[in-house]
Amino acid sequence: MAGVIAVCNLAMMNNKIVKQREAESKAAFAEAYKVFMHPRCMNCHPAGDVPLQGDDSHLHTQGVKRGVDGKGLYAMKCSSCHQAANLDGDHLPPGHPNWHLPTAARPMVFEGKSPRELAMSFKDAKFTGFKSMDQIIEHVEHDKLVQHSFTYGTRPPLSHDEFVAKVKEWIGKGAAIPDK
Amino acid sequence: MQLTVNGKSYDVNVPSDMPILWVIRDKLGLMGTKFGCGAAQCGACTVHLDGQGIRSCVAPVSRAEGKEIVTIEGLNDTLSKPLMAAWTEIDVPQCGYCQTGQIMAAAVLLRDNNNPTDQDIDNAMSGNICRCATYQRIRKAIHLAAELKKSSS
Ligand code: FES
Ligand code: FES
Repeated sequence: MAGVIAVCNLAMMNNKIVKQREAESKAAFAEAYKVFMHPRCMNCHPAGDVPLQGDDSHLHTQGVKRGVDGKGLYAMKCSSCHQAANLDGDHLPPGHPNWHLPTAARPMVFEGKSPRELAMSFKDAKFTGFKSMDQIIEHVEHDKLVQHSFTYGTRPPLSHDEFVAKVKEWIGKGAAIPDK
Repeated sequence: MQLTVNGKSYDVNVPSDMPILWVIRDKLGLMGTKFGCGAAQCGACTVHLDGQGIRSCVAPVSRAEGKEIVTIEGLNDTLSKPLMAAWTEIDVPQCGYCQTGQIMAAAVLLRDNNNPTDQDIDNAMSGNICRCATYQRIRKAIHLAAELKKSSS
């Protein structure tokens, strides 16, 4: 009898821990989501084939388009205007050697997605093209364009370190899918 | 700094962050390329760097080291002939100021696409501003230039 109670207690405790980890995972995603949907991140993860610009995420002027490789079309390649580094002065293009959007085959759309939809997308290898969730961490932690987003213009609401910590926590605690 | 422009080699003594546009106009005297906005907004200053259309008003000359710049003066015949013929036939320019950039952008399109549709033309050209709004004639001239290029090759 005592043994049965002990096992039940353990199961209830386990259940409580699981629930708590799940709640913490969802809470971490909710924080990271604020960054994912911030213009510095979302502007390069648009719903269409035109990148977005500015803090109001308007369609990129000049009508530039993604192109197959995410680097633009014809004489409107990203690197036609975006240099290897930011240019000094107002309204001049920011820069990085690898300025680009996701490719046409894998556009990785963030725009318009709820936390639940975005988290589900991240767990879908067809969406990310990543072999494991660890590669999401790799992307947010080390991708140079992601890093650039934390150094230019209106900054996302978390620092890069805080953001990476939240993504790690979300994944580490089971990559729970938010309710909405 | 060693530069190659239109197939010629130049030794220029300029700061490495000087825009390519300044170098080709003020140092090399190649005046065909125009200054419109100086902020990568209009396309008037388009030249080719290793075959890619770039806005020379914002591209530092250091970017061109070891590469080949082509300006409208040096555009090769396979592209310049049909473009020139089509532009003349359709009588495209009004004031003409933007037209160097238009032609250099159109050249990249024609090189990469033998049968540009209206959508391809929009995709390639919508970043080149024309204050005189010659857009419809530019569209016509690109279609004609594509025909001329095909028939000559
Ligand atoms: S002058 Fe270079 S884009 Fe306008
Ligand atoms: S012809 Fe005048 S700006 Fe284009």
